[in-house]
Amino acid sequence: MFKIIHAQFLAPGIKRFVIEAPRIARKQKPGQFVMLRIYEEGERIPVTIENSDPEKGTINIVVQSAGKTTNLLNALETGDSILDVVGPLGKPSEIANYGTAVVVGGGVGTAMAFPTASALKRAGNRVISIVGARNKELVILEKEMRAVSDALLITTDDGSYADKGFVTDKVRQLIENGTRIDLVVAVGPIVMMKAVSELTRKENIHTVVSLNPIMIDGTGMCGGCRVLIDGKSEFACVDGPEFDGHKVNFEVLVQRNAMYRDAERQSMEEFQSLQKADAEESARQGDQR
Amino acid sequence: MSPTATKSKNPLSPKDRIKVPRQLMPEQPAEARAHNFEEVNLGYSAELAQQEALRCLECAKPTCTDNCPVGIDVKEFVSRIVIGDFLGAAAKIREANVLPAITGRVCPQEDQCEGKCLLSKKVKPLGIGYLERFVADYEQPMGGNVVPSAPPTGNKVAVVGSGPSGLTVAGDLIQKGHKVRVFEALHEIGGVLVYGIPEFRLPKQIVREQIEYMRKMGVEFETDVVVGRTVTIDELLEEEGYDAIYIGTGAGLPQFMNVPGEHLNGVYSANEFLTRINLMKAYKFPVYDEPMLDLKGKSVAVIGGGNTALDAIRCALRLGAGKAYVIYRRSEAEMPARAEEVHHAQQEGIDFQMLTAPVEFLSDGKGWLTSARCVRMELGEPDSSGRRRPVPKAGSEFNLPLSVAIIAIGTSANPIVQSTTPGLGTNKSGYIQASEEKQRTTRKGVFAGGDIVTGAATVILAMGAGRRAATSIHEYLTTDEW
Repeated sequence: MFKIIHAQFLAPGIKRFVIEAPRIARKQKPGQFVMLRIYEEGERIPVTIENSDPEKGTINIVVQSAGKTTNLLNALETGDSILDVVGPLGKPSEIANYGTAVVVGGGVGTAMAFPTASALKRAGNRVISIVGARNKELVILEKEMRAVSDALLITTDDGSYADKGFVTDKVRQLIENGTRIDLVVAVGPIVMMKAVSELTRKENIHTVVSLNPIMIDGTGMCGGCRVLIDGKSEFACVDGPEFDGHKVNFEVLVQRNAMYRDAERQSMEEFQSLQKADAEESARQGDQR
Repeated sequence: MSPTATKSKNPLSPKDRIKVPRQLMPEQPAEARAHNFEEVNLGYSAELAQQEALRCLECAKPTCTDNCPVGIDVKEFVSRIVIGDFLGAAAKIREANVLPAITGRVCPQEDQCEGKCLLSKKVKPLGIGYLERFVADYEQPMGGNVVPSAPPTGNKVAVVGSGPSGLTVAGDLIQKGHKVRVFEALHEIGGVLVYGIPEFRLPKQIVREQIEYMRKMGVEFETDVVVGRTVTIDELLEEEGYDAIYIGTGAGLPQFMNVPGEHLNGVYSANEFLTRINLMKAYKFPVYDEPMLDLKGKSVAVIGGGNTALDAIRCALRLGAGKAYVIYRRSEAEMPARAEEVHHAQQEGIDFQMLTAPVEFLSDGKGWLTSARCVRMELGEPDSSGRRRPVPKAGSEFNLPLSVAIIAIGTSANPIVQSTTPGLGTNKSGYIQASEEKQRTTRKGVFAGGDIVTGAATVILAMGAGRRAATSIHEYLTTDEW
């Protein structure tokens, strides 16, 4: 059991948990993730590590509600526990002084981009960060990203905060302005990572993306997380999760991530109807009292 | 007292023993079991076990024991069954084997103890596996014989991986008085015994009971630790104070055939398919959250001829597959799977497409598998494995409609421990180098065995390596010689 020391929503549906996990806290490096399971019948899901504190023995994870498991997870509070947390998994980001690094975080992907941006800054890079979200409320970690970046550019799809548009617009502008870019790191929705990779391919800028395929064990055993890289099967849990964006077959990733859409929908619907029944039940009990 | 001097407890003369037929294993009828996950073999009764035990010829030089990777004293345990001392028989097995209820179910006995049984020169070999299973199951409700451990030595040993080889090392070393802690990457103890081998061949309750038994012996377990990531081998040695380490991390990532269409939805690796079912209980969706594709009425094929392939396709059948095929590029004679499993699968109605190989997986244009383009093979000259090499027959291509294909053609080394442990030697395929007799790696105090050394093999071979390693670790801990 892994104790939740602190739980707090960063944005609607996006929650940060500080979890007691001393072994993981000591070892976590930017780019890595954990697998977790919250109850006996639960599935194992990969989750982003945003930060860690080796002294206190804690890690921070950031979770966005999407299906049943993430909704159940985000219902947990300070003082609750998570049944299994295993990690840190995956290869760490390759941190070096590249020169100028552009770090792009889309939505909750910003949580995974943050430690990489921070490490690239410490390694002496000029770090230009770009954070994008659907709207103002969903912009997360702005303060944290600003603190580790030489420049921070923000976009919202609807223009409710900062510049209206997409993170790719900012990448394009940087390229068009003649900014010298030695490395691009993009973490977020697949469409965003694909679009960024297409932009930088033309300019021959080394681009790293962090892939999020379906995983089961996450430790190099089952092969469920295979992705097509340069026409060959690789495994995101041990060969990744970061890959050269110019070599990733994003179409296959999208297709494979949709493999269980029907089952996921069924789980979510049953979960929601149970929640509704629970709410009605407690309302009824309230009336009786 | 030499074994030959022991007076036989068997009332039958050797001639009469040969006349007793091999007792059949009671099993669930094929029609019923093809639709449930309950165990296929039901186990001997005490009467059947005693009858079967009578067949042992009590050889002066028992080849069965010589051919057992962990060296079980078969003759002695079987003679105890003859006189009805079942607990004594179990205790005898436990001297050499900490997991008898498991090996009694999953060992390829025909290649080992039973393969060398003298009876098999004239009649069927002694049912050693069935007898082992019987005594282990008999002993279980009695709480098991907890073997007394030697006084504490003060040494600490870390075992990496809780599969059959790691459990064997742990069981052997705890009895010698060393403190043992087993680290497991997954949330459940047992490695391949829980994620790989299905319920109908090895009920998970049996595995849990064996683990419980080991806890009683004093073995400590820690789940959710990926050694190499969560903590390194060097940290275990230097910071956590372990005196020796055994690496038994098992088979690694699945191999693929590198044919077009392998990335399609509906194409699984056997490891993923079996992990979803066995570890994550996807067949109980939606009670369990892990999903899997609905197989009801669908055509499903497994590609490969090993035990893993048969486990996977027999699971598919139990999940309602309308057609279930085994596609294997050689002939039945070359199949590495256990004879009993092949036989059981045939009884259950699995369609064996021998001398056949897929050359491409085809889709509906939306990313979902619809069929496999296959080619028929014929056997040519022997290859490096000594088996005749399959060669495609010209013009034999055909389309096999399929909704799900499961690739079970082997695994490659998991790189995590090797890549995070400086100085740990590996071979050209990435498996850890370990000396054959002592299971020593190139790092002092670090031992390795099982699939991470040999590549994918069997439970009992991994346990044999664990046995040798435990002896060798004990020797190292008590002499400090490397």
